[in-house]
Amino acid sequence: MRIELEKRPRPSTFYAVLSPFIALALTVIVGGIMFWMLGKDPLGALYSFFVEPLLDVWSLHEIAIKAAPLILIGVGLSVCYRSNNWNIGAEGQFIMGAIAGSIVPVVFHDWHSPLVLPLMLIFGMIGGALYAGIPAFLKANMNTNEILSSLMLVYIAQLFLDWIVRGPWRSPEGYNFPVTRNFAPEAVLPEILASGRTNLGFVFAIVAALLIWFMMRYTLKGFEITVLGQSERAGRFAGFSSRRMIWFSMLLSGALAGLAGIAEVSGNINKLQPIISPGYGFTAIIVAFLGRLNPIGVIVAGLVLALTYVGGEAVQLTLSVSDKVTRVFQGLLLFFVLSCDTLILYRIRIVLSGRTAAMAQGGAE
Amino acid sequence: MKKLLLALTTSAAVLGFAAAASAQDKTKICFIYVGSKTDGGWTQAHDIGRQALQAEFGDKIETPFLENVPEGPDAERAIERMARSGCAMVFTTSFGFMDATIKVAEKFPDVKFEHATGFKTAPNVATYNSRFYEGRYIQGQIAAKMSQKGVAGYIASFPIPEVVMGINAFVHGAQSVNPDFKVKVIWANTWFDPGKEADAAKALIDQGVDILTQHTDTTAPMQVAAERGIKAFGQASDMIKAGPETQLTAIVDTWGNYYIKRTKQLMDGTWKSEQIWDGLKDGILTMAPYTNMPDDVKKMAEETEAKIKSGELHPYTGPIKKQDGSEWLKEGETADDQTLLGMNFYIAGVDDKLPQ
Repeated sequence: MRIELEKRPRPSTFYAVLSPFIALALTVIVGGIMFWMLGKDPLGALYSFFVEPLLDVWSLHEIAIKAAPLILIGVGLSVCYRSNNWNIGAEGQFIMGAIAGSIVPVVFHDWHSPLVLPLMLIFGMIGGALYAGIPAFLKANMNTNEILSSLMLVYIAQLFLDWIVRGPWRSPEGYNFPVTRNFAPEAVLPEILASGRTNLGFVFAIVAALLIWFMMRYTLKGFEITVLGQSERAGRFAGFSSRRMIWFSMLLSGALAGLAGIAEVSGNINKLQPIISPGYGFTAIIVAFLGRLNPIGVIVAGLVLALTYVGGEAVQLTLSVSDKVTRVFQGLLLFFVLSCDTLILYRIRIVLSGRTAAMAQGGAE
Repeated sequence: MKKLLLALTTSAAVLGFAAAASAQDKTKICFIYVGSKTDGGWTQAHDIGRQALQAEFGDKIETPFLENVPEGPDAERAIERMARSGCAMVFTTSFGFMDATIKVAEKFPDVKFEHATGFKTAPNVATYNSRFYEGRYIQGQIAAKMSQKGVAGYIASFPIPEVVMGINAFVHGAQSVNPDFKVKVIWANTWFDPGKEADAAKALIDQGVDILTQHTDTTAPMQVAAERGIKAFGQASDMIKAGPETQLTAIVDTWGNYYIKRTKQLMDGTWKSEQIWDGLKDGILTMAPYTNMPDDVKKMAEETEAKIKSGELHPYTGPIKKQDGSEWLKEGETADDQTLLGMNFYIAGVDDKLPQ
């Protein structure tokens, strides 16, 4: 006996729309049981997790801040994945973008000009794109697996950042602690509303998502991405080059990850330090898939994931549970969303073929 | 479904308010941890301190905490969340929380903040740290007495002043007993990684050291030392369980005494922003029992500890030469705190090149 996933001939649109809600309901039920088993009030926990963060202007801002890098990286990755290029190294491109963008405020810290910030953002994008260019070059010219090369480059980026903040860029005023000097005010992304600390980074994220949505939907480039992603051969017949697509999708996702990196460093951290990302580049992979590789979906998914982080903290504090519990809860949500999606596209078939049964028996003897 | 949801949320809201109301009369003393409260090292030591604080004041206070808070924008949110939830005082227990603490403190002038191991203060932000180097000096003396070869191994984390200060204090203590004593250093570049720490321990032992000490948080080096039959010192917590025949002593972080002191001051209204750097005499660190050593060594260690506590002995008393041979402290001169807190050089006797 074995279990097979069989593609449904016609997936139900009704359930496709309903699926996220079913997933949410299942998460709430199982999560509630988990909190109850821990001896915590399940209703209070769910309230802190999903509702409380939405009632407070302050925490809405915090959700936007947390979601911005996830959305920015996620939309880039969605283009990449649609075109069948698997950039797993957005975390590294995020870091390299942050470093490249920080050249201006760290190395030329005496230069004060309104040009500082735009230059930082451009450098950030170039840094991220160049770093994504390495796996793109390797794949386009040597057919190297980009999943491995882009992932490995993450560790190099992390160690490079570690070295640069302990070595050449270490702040002279920082008692030798591994941080760069703080960015000057003109190198800091401005906040957009008086009511909280959401900065321009969130605007970048939304604009990027809309632009890419437009590109995917209304331009030839978008069509090219989809065709090449689904069938390289068909794309070739249409005159599309899969080699150029490798470059395009990798550089685009790298540039967006780099922009996310410099926006995060400029807007929220205001300096470089050994660790600047709690894994945004990897979480964004989840966001991209949760948003079904659709830029608008990515916005929603980024906000939902950000909500689970902010809500997770609220639960930790109000119920004094370990942060592991909130991670499990996050995991439950992702598990149910992805499995609901899978079951809409596929159905489970239990295969009881005589031959395999006989073989299994033969093996046992 | 909609009705059910409404019912759920309202009942939850009521519960929430009820909980908030009952918490009104308790003072909230809050904690932000960089690691897990059961990490066996740095964060656990702070959590034990928090528990001691809770036990001291019982029903009068609440001590909520957030753990595994990354240093960066998440820290600012976590600290602000604490301040918003009605904390009277917030302890932020990692160096990397410094700028976030200062930023949030500006927005909440009525909340007191205490930042561990930092150097920036504000009217409502104090810093606190422990003079770990006092314990390192005692360990150095013990090492010099116990070592056959006159070489100790030191597993270091990151080349920041705190760690360099510890290495130098250890060497200086050892040289006060044996002027030719040497220390070999391996930089593990981690605070917490059992695998790397164990590898570093093995490498040092293979290079011929017969005493091991560490400025990283796991018991892995202690276990390696036990396997190889050499002696070692514990770090942050009493690690005697990992090496009953191995541990000579350990520097135990007893933050609880400090947390109790500051909470009392907060309640009396005598709290003020300071840069506090407490030592053995204040009980912010204590030495684990001196074990696995002859009585005369134990006696020496206890005497040194008493002298440091009474102020008779400053571990950094000259003459001390820097590694390059130049003079740092003259005969009888003691190091000032500013130099120690920014220490970025080795003293003579360290067999290593300081990463720059």
